[in-house]
Amino acid sequence: MSEPTPPTRTTARRILSRVGKGLQIPILAIFTSLILAGIAIVLTAQTPAIGWQKVLDGYWGIVDGALLRGSGRTNTLVAMTPLILTGLAVALPFRAGLFNIGAEGQFVMGALVGTLTGIYLNLPPVILTVVVLLAGFVGGAFWGFIPGFLRARLKAHEVINTIMLNFIAIAFTNFMVRGPFKDPNPSTVQTLPILPAAELPRLFGSRLHVGFFIAILLAAAAYYFLFKTTWGFSLRTTGLNPTAAQYAGILPWKQYIISMVLGGGLAGVAGIIEVQGITHVLTEGFASGYGFDAIAVSLLAVNNPLAIIPAAFVFGVLRIGGDFLQIRAGLSVHIVSIFNALILLFVAAPAIVRSVFRLKSKEEEQTQASLSRGWGG
Amino acid sequence: MELVTTVLQLALTTATPIALGAYAGLFSERSGVVNIAIEGMMLMAAMMASFVSAYTNSLFLGVVAGLLTGALMAGLHAVVSIKYKTDQIISGTVINFLAAGVTGHLYQAYLVPPRWPGSAGTFPAMPIPVLSDIPIIGPILFDHQPIVYIMVILTFVIHYVLWYTPWGLRMRAVGEHPRAADTLGINVYFTRYANVMIGGLLAGLAGIWLTLEWVGSFNINMTNGRGFIALAALIFGRWTPFGAFGAALLFGLANAAQIRTQTMFPQVPAEFLQMLPYLLTILVATLRRPIPPAAVGQPYEKA
Repeated sequence: MSEPTPPTRTTARRILSRVGKGLQIPILAIFTSLILAGIAIVLTAQTPAIGWQKVLDGYWGIVDGALLRGSGRTNTLVAMTPLILTGLAVALPFRAGLFNIGAEGQFVMGALVGTLTGIYLNLPPVILTVVVLLAGFVGGAFWGFIPGFLRARLKAHEVINTIMLNFIAIAFTNFMVRGPFKDPNPSTVQTLPILPAAELPRLFGSRLHVGFFIAILLAAAAYYFLFKTTWGFSLRTTGLNPTAAQYAGILPWKQYIISMVLGGGLAGVAGIIEVQGITHVLTEGFASGYGFDAIAVSLLAVNNPLAIIPAAFVFGVLRIGGDFLQIRAGLSVHIVSIFNALILLFVAAPAIVRSVFRLKSKEEEQTQASLSRGWGG
Repeated sequence: MELVTTVLQLALTTATPIALGAYAGLFSERSGVVNIAIEGMMLMAAMMASFVSAYTNSLFLGVVAGLLTGALMAGLHAVVSIKYKTDQIISGTVINFLAAGVTGHLYQAYLVPPRWPGSAGTFPAMPIPVLSDIPIIGPILFDHQPIVYIMVILTFVIHYVLWYTPWGLRMRAVGEHPRAADTLGINVYFTRYANVMIGGLLAGLAGIWLTLEWVGSFNINMTNGRGFIALAALIFGRWTPFGAFGAALLFGLANAAQIRTQTMFPQVPAEFLQMLPYLLTILVATLRRPIPPAAVGQPYEKA
């Protein structure tokens, strides 16, 4: 990683070394988190010996379950899909200086609106698939618009509002699923399935579906949008310094709304893709934390849409491997939440990692938006 | 009349964790550190209070454990955001996630059968002699469990500390203009660490209320957003103890009304009633223009 600098370097090598430097902190963050979570496991086991055995079995279970088995590899790709999209849902507003903790609610609302469209709208195949996807986008975008608008026009802080909207979205969806749109079959609490024409095709006879590639494409599109278009430039400028943006003729409030609508929409697409590709119905407790993992995904990727793909891979492995913690070592899946929190901590506070591993601190230029500028007063 | 009395009594009871959480935020934010980690501190303290009281069969030790846990979690938030100058909103989010993961893990390891030794119970109601016999006002104000009284007393104490003591003056100075405070010889870092951790004690007390006064045992994610609602109460109350107390009462009232409505009108879908406090939070956080401490959220760099 810290190779000696030769006097003449090709551009390719320069890029490689930049990527290498960029990977230093994330890799050390993941490594440190694995060690700390391991210590937590040992401390809460019956005896230390049993604890170490659990750590070995559990960690090996993650690798084996999520990466070595064929079905595990597919499941990891399947889990990456919503993680990429919800990761983007956090990254875009973050670039504009807003912290979207509401991807969970936007995910559910997208799934709800999309599912209802997919059940009741009778259109030819392909067309229906696309319309349902768009409906998912609209559902999520609406749920992102609310806190975006409240922040932009009324200066209400988005952190509180997005969290509250998560609770509301989940309660509302539970009501819809248990009440008016419940599958009449009395043994299940779920909606009717979406029409087969609305489903996303699966590939190679496995659970892997086209949604995975849609997610990759959207990540690339988000990268292009942020870094190659005027809109993206305005958005990033607002995040770095809203006052300077305003002097340059950019209206920060517009950027707030745009970033939350796009972000919410992408989270909504994540939700409906999960329905179209995997479940085909909407159930109670559908969200299962993708919107919260998304925060760690986005920050691990320093809010870069392309880097979100490998970051989603890391959390996809943890999510799928997490089940094997339980099967192989009798550990609770909550260990995975501890991992996620620790990774988030070390990625967000690289100074901690640097002081633990005695890395030289480089002078940090401000490339990231700062979030905690008070409460919008 | 009977109904009004019980609703108001319940309102004061359920306002307790919201008010305590808001006071936790008050100490932290008045000294310049944004605190969205109240939820996590509460949750962790609720778990540890339940855990320790159950295993030692002593409510008192449970309280001590809960308070210490709150302070420790706050200490982590303080170190990450003051020493390492991490964005305070992200640091708070980390604490919340960490608390959810750790409490979930410990819950499954120690707080379910076969290891669970059984709850140590809850604090008894302590009606205040004579005063609790006053009609209407008596049961509403003077027939409660201990933490409710403590919360009400703390409101006055914090008001006094904030506005009439050197400690409060230092806290406010550091939150408004740390550079000026530093020039006058106030230790900015110490003031922030101390106040964030005092806030942790209060968030801990809110958590203790959940397990040792309200429910009697721990449940996964049992805080249910109360930490964030407390933050909204603090903002609506413009970072003052009486303001926050008033806002907390509003939430308590909504909560009590919700619980009552559920039993009186079972035909109203429960999900809609559950949404009420969250909708109210959005309204409250939106309607009133906040006037936060000027330096809140900015890490201090000594010149």
